[in-house]
Amino acid sequence: MGMTMTEKIFARHAGLDRVVPGQLIKCKVDLVLGNDITAPPAIKEFERIGRPVFDKNKIALVPDHFAPNKDIKSAEMAKIMREFAKKHDITNYFEVGRMGIEHVLLPEVGLVAPGELIIGADSHTCTYGALGAFATGVGSTDMGAAMATGDTWFKVPSSIKVILTGKMPRWVSGKDIILTLIGLIGVDGARYQALEFTGDGVSALSMTDRLTIANMAIEAGAKNGIFPVDNATLEYISSRVDREYVTVKADEDASYERVITIALDSLTPVVALPHLPENVRPIGEVKETVIDQVVIGSCTNGRIEDLEQAAEILDGKKVHSGVRAIVIPGSQDVYLEAMKKGYIETFIKAGAVVSTPTCGPCLGGHMGILAAGERAVATTNRNFRGRMGHVDSEVYLAGPAVAAASAIMGRIAAPWEVKV
Amino acid sequence: MILEGRVWRYGDNVDTDVIIPARYLNSADPKELATHCMEDIDPTFAGKVKVGDIIVAGRNFGCGSSREHAPVAIKASGVPCVIADSFARIFYRNAINIGLPLIELGEAVAEIHNGDAVQIDLDTGLVKNVTTGKSYQVQPLPDFIQEIASAGGLINYVKGGRA
Repeated sequence: MGMTMTEKIFARHAGLDRVVPGQLIKCKVDLVLGNDITAPPAIKEFERIGRPVFDKNKIALVPDHFAPNKDIKSAEMAKIMREFAKKHDITNYFEVGRMGIEHVLLPEVGLVAPGELIIGADSHTCTYGALGAFATGVGSTDMGAAMATGDTWFKVPSSIKVILTGKMPRWVSGKDIILTLIGLIGVDGARYQALEFTGDGVSALSMTDRLTIANMAIEAGAKNGIFPVDNATLEYISSRVDREYVTVKADEDASYERVITIALDSLTPVVALPHLPENVRPIGEVKETVIDQVVIGSCTNGRIEDLEQAAEILDGKKVHSGVRAIVIPGSQDVYLEAMKKGYIETFIKAGAVVSTPTCGPCLGGHMGILAAGERAVATTNRNFRGRMGHVDSEVYLAGPAVAAASAIMGRIAAPWEVKV
Repeated sequence: MILEGRVWRYGDNVDTDVIIPARYLNSADPKELATHCMEDIDPTFAGKVKVGDIIVAGRNFGCGSSREHAPVAIKASGVPCVIADSFARIFYRNAINIGLPLIELGEAVAEIHNGDAVQIDLDTGLVKNVTTGKSYQVQPLPDFIQEIASAGGLINYVKGGRA
């Protein structure tokens, strides 16, 4: 019997001919990632082992969560990571001014290639599956151990095949595809499993859409999300990756625990209501909901095409007087490109604030915390209780088009209410 | 090892943001994290939890972020074990790695209620609800994970030259 994409990547990194779901294996890793929250405890554990780093070129450290430092304690944590990077001469440390939100940044700078195996002490590390890599989130101890050994253990997951067919209608984006899927299978619908996306619908998806979809695989409980490598992938990496890599393709007779088909033509923009990403409703069925804040950005939707979609809607319009609209480009490159394309000017003229790249409000860190009773529409990835601030605040998850339209209307709104 | 404690009962999808809200993640000190453990789902927990108490929850416990601070906060609260219908995978891994044993009990968790006394034999996988008198047998942990656990967590395991 054949193997899925995930099984093939695992087999190669474990030095085995084949692996099967449930098998415990030890794998070499191609990259280990950490951020300003998860790296400091990882560094502490790493130092207990008393070995050098396994490869200074295969560790990436990004101060993005509470950076630029939001308070003294955060500054101390960022300092631990900075000093570690200096001491071990870590090649891929990204200081404020050169950093971005880690999952926007790493693919952008060519640290992800097809067929690679990446672990990161951040749950949204699964984003990189968009490029045909295996990538998954781990904790700080796993990160600390892998920085010393260059390997880690896994239980091989079974896979769910998600077949995407057709093309998305106007105003539907990758965010609506993944939220629709999570709505179908639930927040533990893919627990411990791999979500492998396939079908003729994939070829019509931009890399941005794929990154958004893979990013939220964890929100269905998945170990990873993974896309086939096609011309769009190769075009994306051609100017970014100059090392050798091995592309994998799922076998025709690979085994899947479940097959789900989503007809992209039938999709509509959706919103995930508080307090779980599975509470998904079509925009037309969301009752009138007045909002206080809109956040456009994050590792889920902080790329240039996301900002383009928001700018298209906000162009020449004004943010509602009752709304604070916060736009966060996901990296310095995204910021610069948005500036060149005039999006930043569009946002500012509309009455939105544009922030430096940071995870900030997504996890209730800084740059847009909600008070008790406040509601936000956010292009982020989690709407758990208290996620963006006070325990009695609410987060509604949506794509950039719905978020931008909602900013103008002061309530949850469909893109077509403000733009034909 | 046999554990016995009073149950703090929670529902499905207890996420890492309620176990330890991100606003407290500017510290990685276990004692400090423990003072905010479960704060956004149960503000009484941190003040009232006693050493040895057991958390029992529904499906997908620990879903969400990869923050190891979540199992660390629970362990530092004095809770020696969490029982749930099922666990989210990163939380499961993190708990093993830091030496917080987890028991995946399946739907039988429905028969354990807040305040019940439960007894857990980690070696045999026997869970007993002392209050109701009912017993449950779970699969022992895979050898590979038991080795990590018996080494006292992943770092000791690696230090011992096992990885």
